[in-house]
Order: sequence, then structure tokens, then C-alpha cells
Amino acid sequence: MSTLTEAPPPLAPDAPGPKPPRRRGRLTPYWLLLPGILWLLVFFALPMIYQASTSVQTGSLEEGYEVTWHFATYWDALSAYWPQFVRSVLYAGTATVLCLLLGYPLAYLIAFRAGRWRNLIMILVIAPFFTSFLIRTLAWKTILADGGPVVGALNSLHVLDVTSWLGLTAGDRVLATPLAVICGLTYNFLPFMILPLYTSLERIDGRLHEAAGDLYARPWTTFRKVTFPLSMPGVVSGTLLTFIPAAGDYVNADLLGSTDTRMVGNVIQTQFLRVLDYPTAAALSFILMAAILLMVTFYIRRSGTEDLV
Amino acid sequence: MPFVNWLKRNLVVLAGLFTLAYLLLPNIIVTVFSFNKPKGRFNYEWQQFSLDAWKDPCGVSDLCGSLSVSLQIAFWATLGATLLGALIAFALVRYRFRARGAVNSLIFLPMAMPEVVMAASLLTLFLNMGAQLGFWTILIAHIMFCLSFVVTAVKARVMSMDPKLEEAARDLYAGPFQTFVRVTLPIAAPGIAAGALLAFALSFDDFIITNFNAGSTVTFPMFVWGSAQRGTPVQINVIGTAMFVVAVLFVLVSMAVGNRRSRQKA
Repeated sequence: MSTLTEAPPPLAPDAPGPKPPRRRGRLTPYWLLLPGILWLLVFFALPMIYQASTSVQTGSLEEGYEVTWHFATYWDALSAYWPQFVRSVLYAGTATVLCLLLGYPLAYLIAFRAGRWRNLIMILVIAPFFTSFLIRTLAWKTILADGGPVVGALNSLHVLDVTSWLGLTAGDRVLATPLAVICGLTYNFLPFMILPLYTSLERIDGRLHEAAGDLYARPWTTFRKVTFPLSMPGVVSGTLLTFIPAAGDYVNADLLGSTDTRMVGNVIQTQFLRVLDYPTAAALSFILMAAILLMVTFYIRRSGTEDLV
Repeated sequence: MPFVNWLKRNLVVLAGLFTLAYLLLPNIIVTVFSFNKPKGRFNYEWQQFSLDAWKDPCGVSDLCGSLSVSLQIAFWATLGATLLGALIAFALVRYRFRARGAVNSLIFLPMAMPEVVMAASLLTLFLNMGAQLGFWTILIAHIMFCLSFVVTAVKARVMSMDPKLEEAARDLYAGPFQTFVRVTLPIAAPGIAAGALLAFALSFDDFIITNFNAGSTVTFPMFVWGSAQRGTPVQINVIGTAMFVVAVLFVLVSMAVGNRRSRQKA
């Protein structure tokens, strides 16, 4: 298990370690960096520039495209597809909150209460990764099937009345509604919330809990004043790792949703691969990227964990 | 009220187990439905028990071909990303150099970027260069997005390593190469293994980036995506179940080996 639990959350803080000065080989670090960095520059950074350039081009597939600084594409794309943008933020935001609510107890359980079951539960959290997520997402079609036990239970508990009042479901169906898409998003990105939460919870010194108890703190107060603040790095990286992929996702909206649940990812995919309207697709993708980057920067600044990056 | 007290104490355990059930329910469904005999083209409703799909996992045309394409891409992407990523990680931890901040951001950004953005922008690059989409473009893309994850995994391990061990090796007249191979590499190995495992899993399961840059090449996730439109063969569930079982067995065996080793040392 050691290899898997030791894999840190991708946003692990960059702790300053001792760096011994080297006597010779001043160029060595550059040679070590060169191949990987070149790869990222050519296949990650350069494409961003090509995409930005494509977004201000006009023309057609037959006659070719030309850079005309046609910024109106951005305006047209936004005014045509703003509902999809709003939907992406709402669905991904809801899924992130649900992931936090569902993931925190499990991460807490693994870190403090699992005892000798810890490794087994950890394997069970990670193992689903090894079955293709598309197959697992398709399984939700069975789970949420019309007239199935889950929908039946939700219906008899009048949960569906509440969700349809909120506009999340329609009638006694869950499939092809926003609720199904949010449910799929939550499911798909839950492990990305649990793993960073677990890493930061596991680092907490158990004696702090004892100390809080000795000072007559009730369990809930201990959690609110000690455990939760100390797990903030995990909460921050977990919410980012959940929200970012969820906001760009189009698989859940496509497999579990309907035409009324299309997210911005679906639009980008259709424009790029089916409609072949490259400027619009590039503009949408660029807006999504800018929005996410702005959000990430703002969020990291606000939560005061700048050493994440 | 002993029950209420018990409930209060174990509420977090119950909530955690509920989440675990939520995480595992789809896997249980996938496994159960691998024994189904569906009536129509889609395998979403339970009909009757059957071993047909398990007896003939490659019975659907193109399924095993796509599986082999995915395994090949995952193998080479893991190799490439692990090699390039480990080198970057060593440079970041063991050396001081200019442009450190820029390098760190270049490694962080791919992990903070929605996949669809990377997929779309890479496609514009390939289209502009007139590259033939297929195996090679998928491989290039996979190495690109796996790289950052390998760097973070290896970096964490190398950072926790005591630099005195390497100094000791040099004091004992080991050359830089010998120090690296005999001291640094063995200690960093678990981090490299974790990074490689992560890269393999990410590459094998990737759909969004592959979907944009695959041309007419079909990987296993793309086959599943296509089948969601055309009709889902039971064999998909068979392969999903087999992958889950193999992964759990692999982890259990490596844990047992690790336990025995640490006991032998003690």
C-alpha cells in the first residue's frame, strides 16, 4: 500500500528542503530539465498560443482561416452559449460541495477511526480508478433507471418533489435531468476530494484532540476549532481538484443528461469535432481557461495557501 | 439513551461508510451485469444469469483491438512520462537554478487546466501543423498530461530523502553516476513506482484528450463511448470487472510483499 498512499495530492505544498550546493556541473539541472520542459512547452504552452490565435481567425474550412483579429467571435460565443457556462459553474459547484460533504466523513474515518481496516478502505477508494470511468458512469444509468429501486425510494420519501420544485428533476424521472448529471459528477470526482483531505487529516497530531478534550471542548467544538482549520490545505486542494475537472467535463452531461443539461464542455466538443467551427470552439475554450485560472488564483489568494503552487 | 449516544459517537463512521457505498455501488453493478444476458442492444436492465460474455470476452468486433491499442499507449506513455518527469523532479529538488518559479508553474498548470481545454488547444496545434491524427498524437498528448503527476510523486519522495546519504557516498569516492545509481535511485524507487502507476492509470483511462486527438484510432475508453451510442456489449463489463479484480489483487500482493520485507528487516 505504501506506494499508493504515499502518492501525494498533486497540489502538495512545496516544503523547503535542504539543498546542498554543488561544486561542479552548473549546467546539470538544465540538462535534466530540458527534455521534459521542452515537451511541456511544445505540447502544452504552444497549443495555448495556437488556440488563442485560432479564436481570432475568420474563414471557412474550404478556403482556410486567416487571423483577422475578429474579437466579435468572443462576444457571439458568449451570448449564444452563456446558459451552458452558467450551468457548468452551477453543476460543478454543487458537485464540489457534495464531494466535500460526502468525502470529509470518509477521509476522517480512514484517518482516525479505521484502525486495522485503514489500508483496506484506502484500496477500496482507489481501486475503482482502475475500471474505466466511462463504464462506471454508464452503471449509473442502471442505478438511476426509471422505476428502479433508487428512484422508487426517492419518490416515496418525497425527495423528488423537492428536487423537481428546485428544477433538478422532472416528474418521477432522475435520468436525463440535472440531478443525474450532478450525481455523476460528484461520483466521478469524489476520490480527488478524499485523497487530499486524508493526507492533511493524517498529518494532524492526535495529542491536539486530547488537549482540546482536556480543555473541556465537546467533540463538535474540537472539530470546528482544531480539526477542520488544520485540514484546510486538504479542503482547498480537494475543492480545486474537484471543481476544475467537473467544470470542463462533458461525459456526465452527455451520458446521464439530456439536451437541456449541456455544459460548456459539450459545446466545445461539438463545435470542434462535429460542427468544425474552430474559431468559436477556440474562443469558448479560451474563455473557460481564463475563467478557471482567474478563479484558481483568487481562491488560493483568499484561502491564504499560496505555497500550494 | 444508549442508542442515541452510540449513534452520536459513530455518526462519522456511518457517514463515511455511506460514502464508501456510493463509491463502490457502480463497481458492484458493473460486476453483476457482466453476468447478464440482455434482450436488446443495451445492457442496462437485468434479464437473466449467463456466463456467455466471460467465455468469449473478445466476442465483440474491435473490442480487444481497442484494448490492445490502449495498453500499448499506456505502456509507452508511462515510460516516457516517468523518464522525463523523474529527471525534472531530481533537478527541482537537488539543484538550485534560475527560472525555478517558471518551471514550477509550467508543471502545475497542466494539472489545473480542464482536460477539454488542453484537448482542444492541442488539436489546434496538430491541425495547424497538418499532423496525421492517430497513435502518435495520442501518445504525445498522454505523455504531456501524465508528466506533471509523475513530477509531483517523485518530488515528494526525493524531498524526504536525506542528502547526507549522497554526501556519504561521495566521501567514499563514489563518482556522481555511481552515487546516483547505487544510492539515489534505490531510495527514490518507491516514488518513481507510484508516479509510473499513476501515469499508467491516467493514460489507460483517459477519454477527453484522446477523443479530440485520436483521428480514427480507437482506444478502449473510446470504444466504450461509442458503444454508449450504438449498444453496450456485456463484454465491456467483463473487462471492467477483470481490471478491478486485477488492480485489487496487484495492490494486495504488493502490500503482502512489502509487509514481509519490513518484517525481515526488523
